[in-house]
Amino acid sequence: MSIIMAFIIGGSICVIGQLFMDLTKPGITSGHILVGYITAGAFLSAVGLYQPLIDLGGAGATIPLSGFGHTLAQGAIQGVESEGILGAFSGGVAATAGGITAAIVFGYFAAVLFNPKK
Amino acid sequence: MTAVKKKGSQTLMMADPPYIASWASIVGPKESEGPWVKDFDLIMEDYLWEEASWEKTETKMLRETIKLALSNQNLQPQDAELLLAGDLLNQIISSSFAAREINIPFLGLYGACSTMAESMVLGSLLIDGGYFERVVASASSHHYTAERQFRFPSEQGVQKVPSSQWTATAAGAVVLQKSGTGPRITSVTIGKVVDMGQNDGANMGGAMAPAAADTIKTHFQDTGKVSDYYDLIVTGDLGAVGMTLLGELFIQEGVMPTPNFSDCGVLLYDGLQGVDSGGSGCGCSACMLAGPLLRKMQNGEINRLLFVATGALMSPISTYQGESIPGIAHAVAIENI
Amino acid sequence: MGPKSEELLKNAQQEEYHHLVNRVKPKPPILQNCIWAFIVGGLICVIGQIIMNYLLNIGLNKVDAGSLTSIIMIFLGALLTGLGLYDDLGQKAGAGSIVPITGFANAIVASAIEFKREGYIFGVGARIFSIAGPTLVFGFVASVLIGLIRLIMIS
Repeated sequence: MSIIMAFIIGGSICVIGQLFMDLTKPGITSGHILVGYITAGAFLSAVGLYQPLIDLGGAGATIPLSGFGHTLAQGAIQGVESEGILGAFSGGVAATAGGITAAIVFGYFAAVLFNPKK
Repeated sequence: MTAVKKKGSQTLMMADPPYIASWASIVGPKESEGPWVKDFDLIMEDYLWEEASWEKTETKMLRETIKLALSNQNLQPQDAELLLAGDLLNQIISSSFAAREINIPFLGLYGACSTMAESMVLGSLLIDGGYFERVVASASSHHYTAERQFRFPSEQGVQKVPSSQWTATAAGAVVLQKSGTGPRITSVTIGKVVDMGQNDGANMGGAMAPAAADTIKTHFQDTGKVSDYYDLIVTGDLGAVGMTLLGELFIQEGVMPTPNFSDCGVLLYDGLQGVDSGGSGCGCSACMLAGPLLRKMQNGEINRLLFVATGALMSPISTYQGESIPGIAHAVAIENI
Repeated sequence: MGPKSEELLKNAQQEEYHHLVNRVKPKPPILQNCIWAFIVGGLICVIGQIIMNYLLNIGLNKVDAGSLTSIIMIFLGALLTGLGLYDDLGQKAGAGSIVPITGFANAIVASAIEFKREGYIFGVGARIFSIAGPTLVFGFVASVLIGLIRLIMIS
């Protein structure tokens, strides 16, 4: 059941991005989409609208980049509650540190191992 | 007061039309899958051609094309007196680095994808002016050097839209001479920069079509020729979308060159190669001219050709700053006379 | 004709040409793109869900399982990019392969591989975030702003 919900919610979140790319002005690139999702996810999470989506869709809501934004927002909120102002600065990054570090390190090693094809 | 060899506002007439005595083209793997494979001099099997980077490959393509064009008349690079070349990369490194090894006087040009026409315009003027006997005019582009400079890394998952074009991996060179045999350049029309406020980087044909329309219309006004004078009017790299737009502009402007009108970007690939609107890049018009089109002129299938290479003169910086995309087009009239 | 009316005429011509371009320009196949985005995006999330379920089953807590799932998905995105498969997927799937965290990994890894030829420091190191960097900038700014707003609310 969790797998079906992940498919439906994850697919739907991606379709919203596709509609942005196809219907809004030309020049909406992947960079814009990524920025839009992480920011939208963070603010939706802050007002309490993203958690219900995760309860419903599981990985369908956490794997899209808006889920990354959610983790950043919740990290900052929890950071503030436990450590005050320092937590506002460290909480979000701490909560997402694993993913960001993984991306950098895998990116580096991919560059060592692979060449652009063709 | 009008200069002796100038006709109308922008067209320069050759008193002693220079010959296109020989030519050559080198294309990449994708271009070789199109309809013209037998008309190119050399096909690269991959995008690196035994070089360490795509930029080095593009330099090699341009250098070898220039050498091939000369060797098609059994000439060496030092037999040419001047090299005119351009490409799409920052500081036109492909051309400068190719010239470093050709070792003859060199003028580097930038006209984006109109460069092949720009180099032929200048080359023919320098010869007709009596300054040189033999000039090489050339241009190149490489799909992956252009993509990484203007768009995205090659491995990034990007969805192309139907109006986008595929930058050709190709180089073309022509040897222009005061004497010899071959098709001759009878007149050239130097285009103006035309900007109709287009800013869609995925629709370059739409940005360049007004410039092509302006240059072609001016060419006919200046020379007083009827619009079916040429067997073929061929634009550089408008692609299917740009070519349709140019057709509409022709109707508006009262020029009617159809059906003897086509576009190198539409011709270079066949419809099934996933290039959306068609080919683009300096090499697109350069290899189509210095390959299939001049071959057809040599065979007498085409006797009068108006070659109108088109360029989009934006940079990644101007795009980020929200500038629209200015277009340019130069026309070169090539005739068997 | 004064400079003002010339400008008006030019604007009108540009406007007219803009309409012509919009009429001629082929539209993207929106329905087909959306179906692809839905299926590919959905399937990527399903892979994430399977990994997550497995990690929860072997006894990880929810937070750790979530983090580890992200890391594994980033690894998969990086691997497919390195093997030269992710760009082909992206051509079909559009937002379906951009929006999931594998798309974020693709943006980073594609840049890293692309600029390798300019060296490891100013090529890979400097350019690795050429596309994904803005995502982190806006993500971090949003995160800190949310934290500060929260701080004001609770104090």
